[in-house]
Formats: sequence, structure tokens, C-alpha cells
Amino acid sequence: MSLAQAAPAKPLLSPAMMGLLKVLGAFGAIALAIVLLVQSGAMPKGSVGHKVLAAPFIDMWELPDLFAQTIWEGLVAGVLYALIALGFVLIFKASGVFNFAQGIMVVFSALTLVGSYEIMTQRLGLPPGTVVAILALIIAIATMFVLAWLVERIVLRPLVNQNEIIMLMATVGLTYFLIGFGEYIFGGNPKVMITAQLGLPTGSTQFNILGGRVNIQHLDVAAAVIASLMIAGLAFFFQYTRIGRALRAVADSHKAALSVGISLNQIWVIVWFTAGVVALVTGIMWGARSDVSFALEIIALKALPVLILGGFTSVPGAIVGGLIIGIGEKMGEGYWGPLLGGGIETWLAYVIALGFLLFRPQGLFGEKIIERI
Amino acid sequence: MTLKKLAMGAAFAAATLGSGFAAQAQDSIYFMHNTYRTGAFSGSGIPVGDGTRDYFTMLNNRDGGIGGVKINFEECETAYDTRRSVECYEQGKAKGTVLYVPWSTGATLAAIPRAHIDKIPIFSMGYGLSASAVGDVFPWVFNMPITYWDGANAFIQHVAQQEGGFDKLKGKTIGLLHLDAPFGKEPIPILENMAKQHGFNLKLYPVAPAEMQNQSSVWLSIRRDRTDWVYNQGWGAMNPTAVREAARGGFPVNRLVGVWWAGGDDDARPAGDAAKGYRALNWHQTGANFPVIQDIIKHVVDRGQSLAPKEKIGENLYNRGVYQGILIAEAIKNAQAITGKKVINGEDMRRGLEALNMTEAKWAAAGAPNFASPVRVTCSDHNSQSAVYVMEWDGKAWKRQSSDIQPQKDMVRPLLEEGAKAFATSNAGWPARTEACQNNS
Amino acid sequence: MFYRETGQFKTNYAADMAIFPIRQDRIGIAIILAIAFLVVPFVTSEFTLKTIMLPFLALSVAVIGLNILTGYTGLISLGSAGFMGVGAYACYKLTTYFPDVNILIWIFVSGFFSAAVGVFFGLPSLRIKGLYLAVATLAAQFFLQWAFVRIPWLFNYNPSGAIEVPLRTLFGVPITGPTAELEVKYLICLCFVVVMTWLASNLVHGRIGRSWMAVRDMDIAAELMGIKLLNAKLMAFAVSSFYCGVSGAMFVFLYLGGAEAGTEFAIRLSFLILFAVIIGGTGSMIGSFFGTAFIVALPTILKFGAPAIGIAITGATAEKIVLMIIGALTIYLLIVEPHGLARLWQIAKQKLRVWPFPY
Repeated sequence: MSLAQAAPAKPLLSPAMMGLLKVLGAFGAIALAIVLLVQSGAMPKGSVGHKVLAAPFIDMWELPDLFAQTIWEGLVAGVLYALIALGFVLIFKASGVFNFAQGIMVVFSALTLVGSYEIMTQRLGLPPGTVVAILALIIAIATMFVLAWLVERIVLRPLVNQNEIIMLMATVGLTYFLIGFGEYIFGGNPKVMITAQLGLPTGSTQFNILGGRVNIQHLDVAAAVIASLMIAGLAFFFQYTRIGRALRAVADSHKAALSVGISLNQIWVIVWFTAGVVALVTGIMWGARSDVSFALEIIALKALPVLILGGFTSVPGAIVGGLIIGIGEKMGEGYWGPLLGGGIETWLAYVIALGFLLFRPQGLFGEKIIERI
Repeated sequence: MTLKKLAMGAAFAAATLGSGFAAQAQDSIYFMHNTYRTGAFSGSGIPVGDGTRDYFTMLNNRDGGIGGVKINFEECETAYDTRRSVECYEQGKAKGTVLYVPWSTGATLAAIPRAHIDKIPIFSMGYGLSASAVGDVFPWVFNMPITYWDGANAFIQHVAQQEGGFDKLKGKTIGLLHLDAPFGKEPIPILENMAKQHGFNLKLYPVAPAEMQNQSSVWLSIRRDRTDWVYNQGWGAMNPTAVREAARGGFPVNRLVGVWWAGGDDDARPAGDAAKGYRALNWHQTGANFPVIQDIIKHVVDRGQSLAPKEKIGENLYNRGVYQGILIAEAIKNAQAITGKKVINGEDMRRGLEALNMTEAKWAAAGAPNFASPVRVTCSDHNSQSAVYVMEWDGKAWKRQSSDIQPQKDMVRPLLEEGAKAFATSNAGWPARTEACQNNS
Repeated sequence: MFYRETGQFKTNYAADMAIFPIRQDRIGIAIILAIAFLVVPFVTSEFTLKTIMLPFLALSVAVIGLNILTGYTGLISLGSAGFMGVGAYACYKLTTYFPDVNILIWIFVSGFFSAAVGVFFGLPSLRIKGLYLAVATLAAQFFLQWAFVRIPWLFNYNPSGAIEVPLRTLFGVPITGPTAELEVKYLICLCFVVVMTWLASNLVHGRIGRSWMAVRDMDIAAELMGIKLLNAKLMAFAVSSFYCGVSGAMFVFLYLGGAEAGTEFAIRLSFLILFAVIIGGTGSMIGSFFGTAFIVALPTILKFGAPAIGIAITGATAEKIVLMIIGALTIYLLIVEPHGLARLWQIAKQKLRVWPFPY
């Protein structure tokens, strides 16, 4: 007794680990309680309690292949959500702008890619294939650069140091403009992503494991790999290059960065361009899963719960948040959705994120909010 | 500076508000057609709009209009948004359109209560309010050739055919994959009814409009439920995604049957080989091998007046636009014949639509022999519940898969009448039909 | 020259705190109201009334509501369209259950249902702030939208999933339903807008409004001064949702007249309302009207007005160009005046005060 009082400091585990243990412990206790309830007959089969608390887990246990598939689908969706969220985070960190236009940038970049490929093969008569696809990719990247430059010149520079909600509004204006412009140039009809021409795999592999089958699309694997490579590349870029250091400096404090001679304008162009490239990659991946149309813009809204979960300023937050939301919503929809008539995916992500937010208002990885009078 | 700008803006606004819309010159028939070439549903909206537009341009170019009167055809863009559809309706009304074609269920619902007051008939071709098929209650609304309820009924008939009889349906699981909006939920009552009758399990798989392109969890549920057949009541970007996801999840695509709005070429083509076998209901033929389509190519496309790329002409949704054009043109002809006037108005158009009787001979006369099954509208039946067939995607084009399926009128019609009655009750003050019945020859 | 306050002395506090302390302002408001009530319904075309005036009036109530939340209390919400939907469905249920009570009462009462829902979804605002809160309120938007489609009780098990507007009368004159005259609907909407604006403007100038503004400027400081954050924030959510609810009921019953409300009150509308608040000017009543005019009337005027003055763009092209113009104009306006159209209005008034001798 006296010993414990004498040495209060030096906890065995770091606070984060303790937190994790607590959460795991809570889950374990709940699971035990459910098992006990079912076993004791307090929750007969068919009762609401059984349907909500027990049946989904029994389902998971009995159909492990489906469970694995659900997790995999959630993982893939999570990676894609994380990619969109990444675009938001990059811009928010460096320029303090909540870039509502990220969603339309996804559509716009993918449209530029597919549209320029179409123009080159159909109007200019170039042979369809990888070469032209790469050319189109270069055009799309160049377009995103021009866009970043124009945004910096026309929107950001005159609005520097404004309230965040006004910057948000400006990006809403940008969204309207890009929708109108994109539809004017490329037309409103959906286009097919040039998946094969870009050298992306299209087949699928079926694993007959776990007493069933788990189907894995090569494209999804490619998406996960490309996303990881890109995130690693960005991390390297931020950590070890001159521009990356400047970027981090700007993210820390605009004024301090300016005073040591970092050009804010240059950094903003770079950041918006990077976000544009991230958008392009996202657009290719989503486009390959369905097609490239303006309806894709709505998908970007899925990144918002990821953002509040992970924190607006944290790259790892975007990734972890994306995975949590992705897996959480696929599991929720698959196992609990039918109880509510299905289609709960649209709001489940927000509820998950809200649940986390109530305990950590700045998101999982966000910077701690310190308020002073 | 600021003041000047404000003043100029105000002046511009005043000029617009004041001028209003002058009535059209009375030597042509004005017809305003809603389209959505922008927005989330443009993929389905563009080809349909192109088909109707090209058909009327062709009539003007080839015949100088209908009955010697040019058709003043104008498009109004709605972007599938109800508020803009209301704008289009009001503009059409101010300009004196003879017919309102809403092209969205929301717009139809907003327009139906006004039709009999503004004397503008509404033609919602195979969509809108199913119950508006009852002409005794809805004299101003037409929704031929088929309702969603008939469609669901035909789908179950198709499943029964494939499984070898209605008695084989017992114990099967049939799913409805639908857009989570009133449009998508429309077939549910009929399917529930038939599930009870034939003993199959009905499972619902809603897809929220925001999740149209993100359907993986829905298809996981389909796999879990071991669903045998899936009926796809989708529209726009939802359809190509559904076909792809079916193939991804290992669901046999030839057991995925789309409603007629899920049968676009662009719904199936993007999935490539994986879409081979995808089925959809349809009520008209595809392809360009009809004199009317050839005329469109000759008189419109080759003159560079079409908005559609040449290779899209004759695709399913394009032909659906043409189909709509043929029905409307026929109704205009009827109206001219009935009234003896050349330039008709909305009231005449209503009579023309009610006298519509597209026999096989009429289809042939319109340059579309065997293009579609006959459509016969009567005073009490504004739908005709025509036959549909099932088509199958062979990787390049749609091919007919089944013979004509006649919806079970005796099952659907009472439900339609019930729905119409409910509508009249909940819209207290709904007027009884006073419009005289047109002799349908 | 005409707009000068010289010689107008305030002799008591009430006069000093009046909302319109300058006599010319009062005259101006009276003239605007007179024009709105007596001239507009009889001069403008049906097209203008239906496509510009009615949605403008119906939505301006929601914009005022969101402005109370965002502009006066500093809480950003993206759930406004969802709350509007609650109002529309509440009004529909009420008027079908109790058809004998006047619809105007139900339109007003439906706001209370919306307020209750708003308070519930406003609870996270106690923990979460700023853009995090904005995103969190999307939960309300998506959940409500889902509920509108999923709960058939809300639309009386109508197989088409729509809510239909029955015929209702006031003193024997139809005010809702298909046979109601546009002019009547317009006047009713206008009455609602005037009453709701009057209420709101009194609210924000009073004790409650001051506590909201204190919370907006710094909530911790406000708390230290003795303002109960819980009460102030939830009150703001309640009032704001009340306005949204009334607006939603007006939108369906007086403007659309029957709709698939589930798809109508979608996220797009939420954004539009927030857009109107910011473009119009946060924390300004008149700004709410400017903002609504910008988002409701301007696209329609551009789209249908351009052909009327001889610029031949129609159909889809017009839609695309209008989108581009609205987008560009938004950015331009924000650059010229980040505080919205209301600020421009103030500057104009200020200039007018000293005109024609600015020095």
C-alpha cells in the first residue's frame, strides 16, 4: 500500500497503450456479457436483443469466408476514402483551407485523363494503347498543375488570412465553376476509365479458403499498393526534401515561415498540385470501379467522416480514419443494416466518427485544441 | 463602383422580370421537352434526350413538321432537380407547350396536381406515378406503355419461365436492388404480393443516391442471402456499378435483370466481358435497322444537326427517345384529326393522347415496323400495360432473350385503381373527371 | 442628400436601440413592404412568381434560421435541409390527422417538431467546434434523409413515397393544393417571412441574441461571464431548426405542392443554404435575403433571362454556363467583400449618407 503511494509516477505502459488496453478490455467484457446472456436464455433467438447483439456475430462465425470478404471490401473502400481524405489534409495543413472542391477535383482530373485520351485516339487518330494513355496521364497531371497555379493566383492570394469559413466558401465557388467547366468541355455523359491502357490489372483471383471463397480483384490490390506507395512517397517528400521541410514549416506557422524566407505562394501551388495528383489517382481508382461521371463527386463526401475521425491536419489520421470508416461501415451495413431496412451506410460513417469525436473532439490524431482567453 | 454595379444588376433583373415570355407565333406547335444533360443522372438522360430531339428535327426536316405545321421543339435542362423542373414547367406553360414531359418522378409528382388547371397534359413514359394509369381519375396524365408494377410482375413471370413454372418459385430468394428513393421502391408492393402468392422470399437491397457508385456492401449482402435472382430498379450511374459489382462478387449476371431504365448500352458496356449475360426488360427494339432511324441518320445526323455521336444512334436509350417521339407525334396527328385544327393546344393534345392507338400497322407507317408492341390508350386506361420482353447483353449489343411477356392486368389493375383512389382522397378536393371521353377508333 | 440623419435626435434608450434608428430606413422598409404586398403580386408574371418569388420566400426563412446558428452563434450546420424535411413531414402528418385545423397553424407548429430534432442533433456542438461540427451535422442530414425514405408512416404508406398537398382553405379561399392561386400563396409566404423576420430580428437584438453573439465571439469567455453554454447553444439549434422546419413546410405546401420530399431535402440544399448565409453575410438579417436572392433568383434569371435579352443559349449549355458564372461570381464577391453582400449594402448606405459631398 505504502509503496504504491510512494511511487506514483512511471506507469508501466504509455498512456496510449493504456487507452488501447482499456478499450480492448471493455470490448472483451461486452462480448462476455453477450455470450452469457445468450447462454443463459435471457435473449431467446429472434428477440431484438439476440438480433442486435448476437446474431451478427454468429453470422460472422458461421460464414468466415463472407466475413473475410467483408473485411477486404472494407479495407479497399477505406484505402480509397483515405486517399480522398489525404487530399483534404494536405491542403488544410498547408493553407488552412478546407477544400470543398477536392471531390470535384477527383472528377475533373479523371475526366481530363479519359477525355484527352478519347480526343487523341478518336479525333487525332493516334493508335489506342499504353503510349497514348501515358500521354493522357501527363496531360491530366499538367492540367492539375495549371489548376493549382490558377487557384493560387486567383483564389488564394487575394483571400489570404481570411476566416476559414470564407475560404471554404471560395472552394464551393470553385466547385460550381469546375462542374460547369467540366461539363462544358467534356459533356455530362459518363466515361469509361482506361484501366487496361494504363497498365492496371483487371482480373480477379478467387481463394477457396475458410470453407468458401474469397474473391480478390487485382485492381483493388493495385489500388492498395499504389496508395501505400504514394503515401510513402509523400512522407519521404515531406521529411527529407527542402520543399517538404518548407511545407511543414508553413503548416506550423505562416508568419514564422514567411519570416525565414519561405515563399507561401510557391508552397501553395505545390500543395494544391499534390492534392490534384492525389485526386487524379483517386479518380482513376474509383473510375475503374464504376465509371467516370459527375455522380462521383458525391463519393468525396465519404471522406468527411474520415477527416473528422482522423483530424484535419494528420496524414496518418486520414489513413487510419479511412480504414476504420471503411471497415466499420461495410460491417455495419452487412451485419446490422438489414435490421433497419438497409441503406444505413450513408450515415453510419458519420455516427462512427461522432462516437469517436465525443471522446476526442480534435479527432484521433488531430493536434490538441488549446483554448486561451 | 459598387453602386453602379448594383444598379446595373438591378436593371438587368428588372428587364428580365418585366419582359416575361412573349407568346409564340401561332404557325407552329410548341413542345418543350425536359432533359438532363448535366448532373448525376446525365448518363441516362443524354441518350433519351437525343433520341426525341433528333426524331422531331427529322420530322421537321423531312415532312416539314406534322400535318404541315412545324414542331417548335425546345429542350429545358433540369439536371434531375425538382426545383429546376418546376422552372421548366412554368416556362413551358408561359410559352404554351402542348405537352409536358417531366423525365423525373419528382417533377411528375409536382406537376400532376396542376395539369388539369393549366390544361397541359403530362406524359411520363413508363415512370412517374403508377396510379396515374387510371384515366378516370387522372384525365390529364398519361404513362404508357407500362408501369413499374407491370414491370415487376413481368420480371417474376420471367423468373418463373426460367425456373420452369410458378410452382418452382417456392423457397427461392428474389432480391430487389433499388435506388433508395420513391422511384426505386415503386415495385415493392407488387413483389410482396407475388411473394405471398408464390411462396418466394423477397429481399430488399436499397442503394442510397449518395452510394450509387459504392455498392460493395449491398452485393456482399446478396452473396450472404444466397439470392437467386435480382431485379435492378436503378437509374443513372447506379446501373453500370451494379453490373460490375455483380460480376466482382461472383453473382451470375444472367440472373440480374434490370428494369427498362437499367437497360442502357452504357450501363452494360463499361463492365466489358463481365457484363455478358446481363438482362433487362424492354418494350421496344434496339438497333438502327428501322426506316425511321435511317431517316434520322439521313436527315439529321448527316446534316450535323444531332448532338449524339453517330455510333450511339440505335442504342437502347436513344431508341427509347425515338419511341417517345413517335408516340407524341402520333398523338399530335390524332389531335389534328379530331379537332380539324392544324395548330393544336394542350387540350387538343390531351384528346389526341387519349385516342392513341398504335397498332402494328401504325408502327409500320411511322417507319418502325415491329419496333414495339401495340399501345392502346382508352379513357380509363392511360397506360395500356403493353407487353415487355427480356433482352440480354452479348458483350456488344442487346439481343432479345425472351418472347413478349404480357403483364397480368387482372393483378395490377386493381392495385392501380386503389392507388388512384388513395391519391384522390389524400389530395382533398381532387376534381372528378369532366373531360368528355374521346371515341377511340 | 435624401438619406441623412441630421436632425433626428434620440431622446430615450428605446429609440437608440431601435432596429431602424434612422427615419429614412423606416420609410424605406415601409415602401419595400408596400411594394411586396401590393405591387409585386399584381405586376409580375406567373413564371416569376412561381419560379423566383415563392422559392425565394420559402428558402429565405431557412437561410435566416441558419444565419441565427452560423452568423449569430458561430456554429456551422450542414443539416438544414434535413431539418426542413422534418418540418415538411410534420406538417403533412399533422394536416392529415387533423384536417380541420387551419394549415397555417400547422405550418407554424411543424417548426416545433423540427426544433426538437434540431436540439437532439445539436448536442455534439457542446463538445465539437468549427468545421468539425459542420461535418458532424452531416450525420443529421444523412440520417434524416434516410429516415424520410425508410419510415413509410411519415408519408402515410403512400406507394409512390410522395407527400401530397391536400386542398386547404382560409376563409373559403384555397391556400394550398392545386387550385390555390399563386398570388394567394405568395401573399401567405410573404406574411410568414415578415413575421418570422420580425421575430428573429427581435430575438437577436435581445438578451438571447446577445448571449449567442458572446458565444460566437468566444465561448469560453462567454461561459466565464455566466452564460450557460448548454442553454445558449441548444437554444440556437432549436430556433434555427424551427425556422428551417417552417421553411420546409412552406417549401412543400406553398411552393412545390407535392414532392418526393426524401430526395428534395438532400445534402445539395443544405449546402445551398449555407452558401446563401455566407454570400449574404453572416450575422445579418438583410444579408440572408441577399444571399437567398443570389442562390435562388440569380441562376433562374441568368438561365431564362439571357434568351429574353437576345443571348441565344438554352438547355444544357445555359445550365453549364450558369454554373460557371455562379462559381466565378462567388469567388469574385468573396475577394471583393469577404463579409458578404450585406457588407456591400452597408458600404453603399454609408456612401449615400455623405453623397454628394463625400469630403
